[in-house]
Amino acid sequence: MLIPHRPEPSPPLAILPTFVCPPERLSESVPDTASAPVTTTATTVPYTTVIGLEVHVQLQTQTKLFCGCSTKFGAPPNTQVCPTCLGLPGSLPVMNRKAFELAVRSALALDCRIASFTKWDRKNYFYPDLPKGYQISQFDLPFSSDGTLEVVDPKGAWSRKVGIIRVHLEEDAGKSMHDEASGVADTRIDLNRAGTPLCEIVTQPDLRSPQEARAWLNELKLLLVYLGVSDCNMQEGSLRVDANVNLHIPVDGGPDAGGRIAKTPIVEIKNMNSFRSVERALAYEAIRQYEEWQATKAEMGKTPKQTRGWDDPAGVTRAQRHKEESSDYRYFPEPDLVPVTVSDEWLAAARQAMGPPPAVLRQTLATTWKISSYDADVLVNQGGDLVAYFEELAGKVGEGKVASNWMQQDVLRTLNERGGTIGEFPVRPAALADLIGRVAKGDFDTSRAREIFAEVLASGRPIDDVVASMGIAAVDDDELVALCRALLAENPKVVADVKGGKEQAAAGLIGQAKKKNPNVNPGKVRAMCLDLIRQM
Amino acid sequence: MQPSDLSAVDLVNAVRQGDLTAVRCTEAYLDRIAALDGSINAFLSVDREGSLRTAASIDERRKAGKPIGPLAGLPVAVKDALCTTDQPTTCASKMLAGFRPPYDAEVVARLRAADAVIVGKTNMDEFAMGGSNENSAFGPVHNPWDLARTPGGSSGGSAAAVAADMAPVAIGSDTGGSIRQPAGLCGITGLKPTYGRVSRRGLVAFASSLDQIGPMARSAADCALILSSIAGHDPGDATSLDAPVPSYTADLERPLEGVRIGRVAAHFGAGVDPEVAHAVEEAFAAFRAAGAIIKEIDLPHADAGVATYYLVAPCEASSNLARYDGAHYGHRAEPGKTSGGFESALVEMYCRSRAEGFGPEVKRRIMLGTYALSAGYYDAYYAKALRVRRLIRQDYLDAFAEVDLIGGPVSATAAFKLGEKTGDPLSMYLVDLYTVGTNLAGVGGISFPCGFTKSGLPIGFQLQGPALAEQLLLRAADRYQHLTDWHLRRPAIAAQRC
Repeated sequence: MLIPHRPEPSPPLAILPTFVCPPERLSESVPDTASAPVTTTATTVPYTTVIGLEVHVQLQTQTKLFCGCSTKFGAPPNTQVCPTCLGLPGSLPVMNRKAFELAVRSALALDCRIASFTKWDRKNYFYPDLPKGYQISQFDLPFSSDGTLEVVDPKGAWSRKVGIIRVHLEEDAGKSMHDEASGVADTRIDLNRAGTPLCEIVTQPDLRSPQEARAWLNELKLLLVYLGVSDCNMQEGSLRVDANVNLHIPVDGGPDAGGRIAKTPIVEIKNMNSFRSVERALAYEAIRQYEEWQATKAEMGKTPKQTRGWDDPAGVTRAQRHKEESSDYRYFPEPDLVPVTVSDEWLAAARQAMGPPPAVLRQTLATTWKISSYDADVLVNQGGDLVAYFEELAGKVGEGKVASNWMQQDVLRTLNERGGTIGEFPVRPAALADLIGRVAKGDFDTSRAREIFAEVLASGRPIDDVVASMGIAAVDDDELVALCRALLAENPKVVADVKGGKEQAAAGLIGQAKKKNPNVNPGKVRAMCLDLIRQM
Repeated sequence: MQPSDLSAVDLVNAVRQGDLTAVRCTEAYLDRIAALDGSINAFLSVDREGSLRTAASIDERRKAGKPIGPLAGLPVAVKDALCTTDQPTTCASKMLAGFRPPYDAEVVARLRAADAVIVGKTNMDEFAMGGSNENSAFGPVHNPWDLARTPGGSSGGSAAAVAADMAPVAIGSDTGGSIRQPAGLCGITGLKPTYGRVSRRGLVAFASSLDQIGPMARSAADCALILSSIAGHDPGDATSLDAPVPSYTADLERPLEGVRIGRVAAHFGAGVDPEVAHAVEEAFAAFRAAGAIIKEIDLPHADAGVATYYLVAPCEASSNLARYDGAHYGHRAEPGKTSGGFESALVEMYCRSRAEGFGPEVKRRIMLGTYALSAGYYDAYYAKALRVRRLIRQDYLDAFAEVDLIGGPVSATAAFKLGEKTGDPLSMYLVDLYTVGTNLAGVGGISFPCGFTKSGLPIGFQLQGPALAEQLLLRAADRYQHLTDWHLRRPAIAAQRC
């Protein structure tokens, strides 16, 4: 059957799935200006989209899973290899304990059950980037299973608890680079990546829309980055996602009306290289499956599971050859490795070494610093370093809400404009707290403080220098009284208007006061002038 | 006196004391290889220059009063399944013809560190699969006792090299009997240590859960000398045992008073050559005379050993040998000879490289293993074999609660004729009947000569011991060799002066 080519932009609204869109997450590293418009109201479709994900995460170890080779990204091809990861005759694997530790940390944070006994299995298949002819993985006894990770809309509009079927550890394959230039098909193999530790996370089919899937992936990524187990850099392949999707379509009114639910055949989508691609591919696939179902009425179980690749520029999924699902991996226990046993003590230590996950941190920030859960969400989604910056700032300022406002309106905006990380941000928490403190003391107002903040960022000079060079100095009360008296003398009409009951006429004095002395506080000028007029 | 008349222990002492130079010792053995190996074919490569250079450096160090290792100047022949940087490592396969590994096997590194001189790499059944050495891609090895007969296998080259005095000691590997059976058929002593006692790193894998490297020599004392240098934990082999290494040479002379040796009646059932049965019974009598207690025991699942072994080993082999695909190293089929019909150029390259590179027995075992691991067959074959393996291991644990060692024949017959069993793989597999249990249980075993047939072929006796009982195995064999002289007999070909 021919699947109609469906170019971007997004499909007609009528068949968008049912959901209320989560807001764009700040944690997605790539700015997402080109994505489909965000729908803020629920739209209904005649089916439910059912999605499960398989996520591969490269663990941030110095060395590979079964040998001492470096895992650093970007080295010249085949320079980070040894007999073991090259699969040379006689070479043997030895487990990297650090990788196991990081994997367990991830699983604990996903609320998984950690097996006290786990073993390694060989997954056998031939491919040139798999030099041993098998991948060391985990088959029937993964080190962890039965977890959950919930993603919650910060405004409380929706949430989704996603079950984790299992998390297991395995080694990565190398990279094949197909070069078909100059008429001669040629494949080059880089084995630098072969043997890099990967955590495979398999979810239950609990997600119900492409947008939910994306939001959930953002939460997962945030969690793993918080834990320090992975940099989750999709460009470098340290996080890869495959998605399984099908539709549940009520037939004859659905079960409530005496009908039933038809399930379309499950499709596995591969080759998505950003969370945005995941969302787009799933949205495309839901529509494609619905159209196919309308045309063929094909249901799950009657046709084999299909694998489709996402073509990002074209915005379509395409059927891949059936080769992969027909292969028999002949899993069997890896005889070169010994099983791993996990003791309660070791597990307790691993749990203790773990920092709070984002979900806990959001609550902690909201209650400790009395900020809204929305604000806490924005801060936490920026990562642990930014949270640390905020907490230091809030501690010094003594007012969480004020610190949070400065973070969101000034620090984050500047970061977004300038790029870079919070660690490199030139205004450190102590300096910013000092600036905020001076506003509280009445040295100058917030708008003046923003000017100072901007100048500090632009010049890189210390706050005191900037304050001095901008001629900023506190205006004492005698000065203020003298200034106001002069103003009133110059503006008899204003005085008359105020006396006549039009207090708002005093506003006209502020601009003149600022001209006489830019450091005056507009509020104080107004209050003083009114006082003086009353005394007249 | 020729160096080849000395035991390894004596050779090492002679070199240490300056009575013999390492160069002279090495040269003597190299000369014997040059003279004899044309008719035996025990070596796949001989490193004359390299070994003489090593020997000379040992002599220099000794003369300069610098320390020399415990095996200083001792020529060692190494099975071609162990990686060596300075000599090809082929596993007697066309697949790895000329392959030069970039690293030394741990055992090779330990031998070098002990100042042994690695004179050459020995012939074997391709990828250690076979019991007659006829599966070598580079021609069979001939038994020095009768050139028309097999030396056994798969470490047949190592056994024949020692039997013909082309090396005082050799290194073999044993997956289902590949040290003990050729040692038995060639009239020498061979030890398969407990699984994990000796590092497998750099041993080209056949069946990872069964493979174990061990020494082959003229006597148990010489085996003890070698084991002392190669045994011990290797952090680079996850299955290597982290247990202290006792002195295997110090304990040899302790009498066997009170040592309980089990005798399994089933070992003397149908199929055992009467001459073999007789010699083995005589050996039991000798042990009894030496103070040992002979006790009848039962290994109830022993008859399932060969069937279990021929599932576990091929399954692991089918995966271990997947890496020989022509993509990265080893034999690759020339492109462009295709008649079509392959799915892609890649699959064609795989199929043709493997079809050309592997011999028929290796292919048979890869197919057996692939089949037994396939969806729908796994439970009936591989999973069941693992369950039976556990029963066999339990048999051994139960037996070793009653006895210290288990004695019996190594194989049912003395050396058979080359070509005799090649048409019948099943009868060839039954050659492993008495030896596979040791590997399946992960324990140790030693084989040594206990007599000769009327036609002059050696007969082997096997002792099996519990895990990490190498000291006792070596001691029992050494005590026996003090009471008998079977191990001192040499084939006529070895008596030639070179």
